[in-house]
Amino acid sequence: MKKLINDPEQVVRDMIDGILYAHPERLKNVPDTSVLVRADAPVHGKVALVSGGGSGHEPAHAGYVGKGMLDGAVCGEVFTSPTPDQVLEAIKAVDGGAGVLLVIKNYTGDVMNFEMAAELAEAEGIQVTKVIVNDDVAVENSTYTTGRRGIAGTVFVHKIAGAIADQGASLEEVERVALKVIDNVRSMGMALTPCTVPAAGKAGFEIPEDEMEIGMGIHGEPGTHRAKIESADTVADQLLSLVINDLNLQADDKVAVMLNSLGSTPQMELYVMNKTIGKVLQSKGIIVHKTYVGEFMTSLEMAGCSVSVLKLDEELTELLDAKADTLGWK
Amino acid sequence: MSITFNQLTKWIVRAAEQIMKQKNYLTELDQAIGDGDHGINLSRGFQEVVHNIQTLETDDIGQLFHTIGNTLIQKVGGASGPIYGIAFIKGGAILKGKKEITVSEFSQFLHKSVEAIKGIGKSEVGNKTVLDVWTPLADYLQEKGENIDWQEAISYCWEQAEKTKSMKAVKGRAAYLGERSIGHLDPGAVSSSFLFEALFETLGEGNEAK
Repeated sequence: MKKLINDPEQVVRDMIDGILYAHPERLKNVPDTSVLVRADAPVHGKVALVSGGGSGHEPAHAGYVGKGMLDGAVCGEVFTSPTPDQVLEAIKAVDGGAGVLLVIKNYTGDVMNFEMAAELAEAEGIQVTKVIVNDDVAVENSTYTTGRRGIAGTVFVHKIAGAIADQGASLEEVERVALKVIDNVRSMGMALTPCTVPAAGKAGFEIPEDEMEIGMGIHGEPGTHRAKIESADTVADQLLSLVINDLNLQADDKVAVMLNSLGSTPQMELYVMNKTIGKVLQSKGIIVHKTYVGEFMTSLEMAGCSVSVLKLDEELTELLDAKADTLGWK
Repeated sequence: MSITFNQLTKWIVRAAEQIMKQKNYLTELDQAIGDGDHGINLSRGFQEVVHNIQTLETDDIGQLFHTIGNTLIQKVGGASGPIYGIAFIKGGAILKGKKEITVSEFSQFLHKSVEAIKGIGKSEVGNKTVLDVWTPLADYLQEKGENIDWQEAISYCWEQAEKTKSMKAVKGRAAYLGERSIGHLDPGAVSSSFLFEALFETLGEGNEAK
């Protein structure tokens, strides 16, 4: 393992402290927790949004804390859901009296810990609603299983639900819009190399030099299959097709596209991928309202990327375009 | 034969030592089918549990279990924290006010825990989870009662964990593997077996362990 860290057990704490030194005007830490909230939290009379999850996905989620997006982010241990007491501290710190929406990525642990926190907060008289993001088309959806994972598409939920909350909408309205985004966003990822959780000290899996894993999750969970590595054209087309089919996109549909690096894939490769994505969407008559290219939800130093597509209507377009001011999204 | 507060404290200290010792093994099992943090998270949690129960000023077993559960929920994270935590909190509630318990009462604790785990995990026996150790063990202890042989109980426990190898995961992160999860032990079933092995070893030492 070759990493710029101190004590592997302290890596999340050290990161939070580093963030606080860099951005004290934007973010503050709830004392004795791994919770980061807006410097001006709680914003009175506004519905507050809290998200979070394991660390290692930066800029998710602390990078989306700020005006027009999240009010608070809970940083769990690397790839490990935060605990209910930490989530509760976040809820209490951001509640401005209008209720709190929890944006949860669909993982067994995240759902359990956030739900426990919601119960504790309700017992303290705070109104809490939760939405669960499950945009990863690599996983077959079924009520019998855990279901689809939440990956990079979650950032669209933060952006759009955050925008309507910023306009003064009620908790019910914010929830409605968040659910609308969840219904209309799909993602598909792939990995070229694995990543190493600092406390584990070695990579969780191997991918041979000439292979890639299609559909890999953001914690290195298995994807749909291994294959020999192909050109960017082929890979982009493959990922995009699955997303388009799952969303049942037709000509004249309007979309936003997010091309997300999993950590060490450079912008050059992302743009090479996007050449194919842009071309394919154009050839199908699908209108691209906006394309976002960069690091939005990473997986430590994994090489690879994910493609997310959000189908837009007028309301979602307007909220997506609304101004936000956070580290990870402006 | 009764199980005392002191024996249960000794159990947890022993279990914590074993889980810390097996940290890498548990993490490796999890790397094969999950997200590779089971040993790391449980070690962190049990280390804190040992700290918290040693400063506990009570001889109430219900309170001991509540403290164990609460600490696990607050320190482990992931799915294991809530699952192990709720098992001790909700199961332990029936032991409130007791300074010593029978084997049958311990099996009632396990039955209650199993209900709580099913509730929070929305899972069933046979889904390749901790339930595949906790559930049969609850029945086993109930059936054996005071005539239990602790060595046999340890073997029984590991046999149950071994059975998860041929099961297909439908819950938790291993579920993403579907068919490919077959052939691997469930990390939760293995950590549960380490937990109960430590209990049976402690009880096997008998009352001199006081």
